[in-house]
Amino acid sequence: MNTLRFREDVCERCPTIDCMAKCQYISFNSLEDAHKEWMKVVYGEESKILQQCVTCYACEEYCKRGNHPYFMICEQREKKGMLSAPRPITNQWINMTQMQGKFFVGQVEEKALSCCLLPELLGLGTGELFKDVQQSQVFGAEFMCPAVHSHFAKMSVIKERLPVVIENFHKLGVKEVIFLHDECYGTFTVIAPAYGYELPFKPVYYMDYLVQRLTDLKDRIKPLNLKVAYQRPCSNRLIPDKLVLVKKILNMIGVELVERKYQGENALCCGEIFRAVSGYKLASDVQNKNINDMIEAGAEYCVFNCPACQVSLSEKVTKKGLKPIHLIDLCKMAIGEK
Amino acid sequence: MSDILKTLIEIVGPKGVSNNPEEIWYYSRDPGVLEAHKPDFVVAPKTTEQVQQIVLLANKENIPIVPMGNGMSLTGLVIPLKGGIVLDMKRMNKILEVNPVARYVVVEGGTSQGVLKAYLQKHYPQLRHSLPDAPAATTIAANVALHGQGKLTQQYGFNSDMVTGLEVVLPTGKICRIGSPSIGSYWFSKGPSLPDISGLFLGWLGTTGIITKVGLMLYPNKKFREVELFVTDRVELIPEILYKLTYIELLEDINVWFAPRPLVFKDTFQITIYFTGDDEEEVEFKRKMLWNAMQQYIDSKDGGFMSIQYLKERLLEMPQRGVAEFADVPKGGGFEYSGPIIPIDHFPRYAAKLVALAQRYNLLYSGAARLISGGHSMMFAISFAFNRDDKGMMERVKQALDEATQFALEQGGIPWKPNFLEQRMILERMDPNTRDIFKTIKETLDPKHIMNPGNWEIS
Repeated sequence: MNTLRFREDVCERCPTIDCMAKCQYISFNSLEDAHKEWMKVVYGEESKILQQCVTCYACEEYCKRGNHPYFMICEQREKKGMLSAPRPITNQWINMTQMQGKFFVGQVEEKALSCCLLPELLGLGTGELFKDVQQSQVFGAEFMCPAVHSHFAKMSVIKERLPVVIENFHKLGVKEVIFLHDECYGTFTVIAPAYGYELPFKPVYYMDYLVQRLTDLKDRIKPLNLKVAYQRPCSNRLIPDKLVLVKKILNMIGVELVERKYQGENALCCGEIFRAVSGYKLASDVQNKNINDMIEAGAEYCVFNCPACQVSLSEKVTKKGLKPIHLIDLCKMAIGEK
Repeated sequence: MSDILKTLIEIVGPKGVSNNPEEIWYYSRDPGVLEAHKPDFVVAPKTTEQVQQIVLLANKENIPIVPMGNGMSLTGLVIPLKGGIVLDMKRMNKILEVNPVARYVVVEGGTSQGVLKAYLQKHYPQLRHSLPDAPAATTIAANVALHGQGKLTQQYGFNSDMVTGLEVVLPTGKICRIGSPSIGSYWFSKGPSLPDISGLFLGWLGTTGIITKVGLMLYPNKKFREVELFVTDRVELIPEILYKLTYIELLEDINVWFAPRPLVFKDTFQITIYFTGDDEEEVEFKRKMLWNAMQQYIDSKDGGFMSIQYLKERLLEMPQRGVAEFADVPKGGGFEYSGPIIPIDHFPRYAAKLVALAQRYNLLYSGAARLISGGHSMMFAISFAFNRDDKGMMERVKQALDEATQFALEQGGIPWKPNFLEQRMILERMDPNTRDIFKTIKETLDPKHIMNPGNWEIS
C-alpha cells in the first residue's frame, strides 16, 4: 500500500504554521503553541489536534508549502486507532460505498463524464451544456473517489480503493475524465500524487469545461441579474486554484457573487460531517452562522458546487428564505434550459 | 339454493353474499404461512342491524362466524378454521362523528385506516389518529381488536388504549354499547368512570363479538414532522439508549430496526426517531434535546446520527412501504412475523435469537421494534421473508416463528396477535386461574361457540 509523501523538514522549518494558525475549529495560545502541537502530530505523538480536528480539509489549502497536513492528521489518527466519527457511522460509510458491481457506464470513447456515486450528478450532467459528453456518463462505487473516508480517519480505505478506481477508468480506455464532483477532481489531482499513484488519463475539472461551454454558447446566455452566495465544499480546499472559476462562471451568466465573511479561505463547511463527528452544537452553530451570513450579505440564492452540501443545506437555506441551486442548474437557467 | 344462502341474501341483498368458488378461495387464506380453510359463505353487511340478523341466523343454524377487516394480520386470524361465514366488514365504512374539541372520532366497524386518514386531512387537518404501519386498507376496528400499534403508540399507548367507546354485536345477537355511549350520546370514554368492560372485546381477536362502531381518540396534527436516525453497533446499549430517548418525553414515535441487507445497514442497529412541532423553534428544540440525550454515545464513538437527507422522504411516509419491500427481497412476496410485546431491556436477547433463528433455518430476516407508552414495553417483530412458491421455505418460516413464540413465552414476553397454535401455547403457560377467567368470559358471551372458533379456544 502506498504511503503519504510528506516532508517533515518543511514543517519543522515553517515560520507561519498557517495550517494550524488559520484553523477555524482548534484554538492555540500562540503561534509557538500551534507549531509545537503540529510537530507532535508529525512525529506521531499525542496532540490535541488529533482529538479536535473536525475534518474540514481547510489546512490543505492553508499550507502553501506543498505538504499535506490534513492527510497527515488522518493518517496519524488511523495509526493510533482513533475514530473521528462514531464507529457505526464510519462502518456504514465503508459499507455504503463498497463496490458491488452496481455501476453504470454510458457510451464511453475518449472522454468520460464522471458522476461519482452521487445520483444528482446524472441529472446535472445533461442538456446543451453537456451535449457532447452526457452519453459518456459513468456512475457507481467502482468510479467513486474514496476521499470521503478521510473524514472517518480511514486512509487505508482510500489507499485500497483508489488504485482500483484508477484501474477501472483505465479499463474504459479513456484519455480524459471530466469530474462533476469536486472531491473526485481533488482526489485524482491531489490525493493520487500525494500517495504516488499515476493516472492513465487526464482529469478535467467540470468548471473548466463549463467555462468553455458557456463561451461556446455565449449568444444564448441571458444575464440572470441575481445576487448569490456560494457554498464552498470541503474538498475544494484540495484545489484552491480552481476557486476563481466560480466567480468567472457567475460573471459569464450575469450573476453577482455577494461579498461575505465566510468565503474563500474563511468559508464554512456545510456542517453535515460535523453532525457525525461532533454532534448537534457544532453542526448547528456553523450552519446558522453560515446561512445568516449569506442573508446579511444580500444573497437571493445559495449556489452549491457539491450535491452533498446541497442535500444537507437546502432545507435549511430554504427555511430562511434563500433559494438553493447547483451551479450547473444556474448555468442552465442562463441559457434558457431551466 | 340452500336456505341459509337464501336467508343471507334476504338480509344483505344478493351483492352482499357469495359462495362462489373464487370468493371462497380468496377468503380462505391470508398472506401468512398458515394453511387455508374454506368458508361456506362470504357476507358483507352494511348496517349493525344486518350484522345482528346474521348473528341470529348463525345462532339458529349453529354456523361459525369470522369477522374480518382487511385480513392483513398475517397470523391467520380471519382464516375460517371451522368454515361457516366470513363476515367482511368493509362495506360498513362510514365516519359517523368527529368531535374536534374533545378530539375523538366515531367510525363504523369496517372503516379503513386510509379512509380516516384522508377524511381528517381534508376536514380536520389539525387532527390525526395513530396510523399503523400497515396497508391503508386495514381497518380500525380490527386493529384495536388485536391491540395494534401505530405512529402515536410511543406517546399514548396501544391503539386499543385510544378507544373511546364501542358498539358490539354479541355472539347471541344483542347489540351492546360500551363506555360513555352506553349511557349517553357522547363517545369520549370506553370505561372510566364505569367498570371498563371494553376489555371483553379488545384482544379477543373476534371471539367475543363483532365490533360495529368504534370511538377513537384523535391527537394534534402538528404542522411539521421530522425524523432522525441514530445508529449503534452495540446491541447491549439499545435499552439504555431507548431509556434516555423516552426520558426527554418529547418524541412521537421510536422504532429500532436491523437487517443484513442492504449492505449499508449490515451489523448496525438503527433507531428511527420521529418528532413534531408547529414551528421551526419547537422542532429545533426537540431535535436539540434528543441530540443532547445521545451526545455521550457520540463522544464514546459507540453511536451517531446518520445523514438521512436521501432517506428522509421514505422515513416520513405514513404508512411505510419498507415492510412490503422486505417481503419481496427473496422474490415471491411473502413475509410473516412473530411480534411479542416485551420489556425494552430484553431487546438484546431477542435480537440475538432472531439472528440465530435465521441462521438455523436459512432465512432472510429483519428485526424491528416499536416503543410503546414511553418505553414501558416494545413490540419486537421477528420477521422472515419468503417466496410463496417455495413450500420448503414457507415451512422453515413457520418452524422459525413457532420457535420464536416459544422463546418469547420462556422470556416472559406476550405474543402479539398470536395465531391459533400460538394461542394454545399461551394458554398452556397461563396461570390456571387466569385461564378459568378466560373460559368463563368466552362461555358467557359465546355459549354456542360460534365466534371465530379455533381461536382462544379453551378446552
